[in-house]
Amino acid sequence: MGIVDGLPAHIEKFPGGGLLMTGVNYILNEAKASSMWYMLFGLACCAIELMATGASRYDFDRLGMIFRATPRQTDLMIVAGTLTLKMAPRVKLLYDQMPEPKYVIAMGGCTIHGGPFYHDSYSVLKGVDKIIPVDIHVAGCPPRPEALMNGCVALQNLIRTERLGHDRDRPGLRQLTARQIPGEPPLTRLAPGGALIRPGEIPILRS
Amino acid sequence: MALKFPEIRDRIRQVFPSQIVVEDLENSDCLVVPEGLYRRVAEFLKSDEELCFDYLEFQTCTDHPPELLDFVAYFRSIEKGHRIGLKVKLNRQHPALPSLSDLWANADWNEREVFDLFGVVFHDHPDLRRLMMPEDWSGHPLRKDYLHPNVVKRPD
Repeated sequence: MGIVDGLPAHIEKFPGGGLLMTGVNYILNEAKASSMWYMLFGLACCAIELMATGASRYDFDRLGMIFRATPRQTDLMIVAGTLTLKMAPRVKLLYDQMPEPKYVIAMGGCTIHGGPFYHDSYSVLKGVDKIIPVDIHVAGCPPRPEALMNGCVALQNLIRTERLGHDRDRPGLRQLTARQIPGEPPLTRLAPGGALIRPGEIPILRS
Repeated sequence: MALKFPEIRDRIRQVFPSQIVVEDLENSDCLVVPEGLYRRVAEFLKSDEELCFDYLEFQTCTDHPPELLDFVAYFRSIEKGHRIGLKVKLNRQHPALPSLSDLWANADWNEREVFDLFGVVFHDHPDLRRLMMPEDWSGHPLRKDYLHPNVVKRPD
């Protein structure tokens, strides 16, 4: 117990005694944000873009992201592609096998609301957020690697706002209501928890 | 030496009566056979040395509600280089056929797919389960009158 007894005296030596606690928060968040290991799996054509993003030209590794071939070692699930009803329980199982803290990026139109399979399809799950909580939606069909990387950076920034002992903050709901597209079903119903990244909002594509 | 379609047709008609093995009006390389003869014609296609159909290309169905379900299978001879189709007009209410999975191994999964999506029951199939749809699915999605609550109609 020596260290606990000695701690207040130790903290007082820093200017501003709160420094140690905010520092732990910062260090933990930085560690989580800069080593997001994603699960090695893809469902459809989005997986091709995911592979391109992982390869040398775009290089996921510079964000600290490398793929792991087992859910036990992953922090991030990138749902890349069309999720069919038959595959959905398997993806849910993979998500359940990941250790906390875990994050989900829904990549491409299919994962947001069925995409091209929204109409006249009996076999596609219209939105992966019906089975797993999604942090970031990346729109596109499929999204370019820049869009996916932008989504990952957005997720990193989301992780940096986390605080110890607080529930995870998922701020997407209000933003989505504001961005609802006329004529389309409301995204809030389909995307209860995530922020949406659209290709037009990506700085590198605008310039 | 690849045989032309009339030669294959005439070779089959030497063994099976020509009144019931008729040409298909929709496909120029296809013969319509009755349900009861399908298995025997297929056996003949494989075993006959002149025809030598050693490869089953595919098996599928076309749905014509309210009564007809057309089962189609195409065969190819890798050795000779010719091909032919067999069509069977099935009763849409209770479609059933004998399995070919002991003659061509790939008929196993082909027939599972046809069973899954069209509801044709194959007798003597070793393992007739759904292939594409989830195990607990009900109904046969490629039927024209198939309805599912998950389907959102495309606006006109």
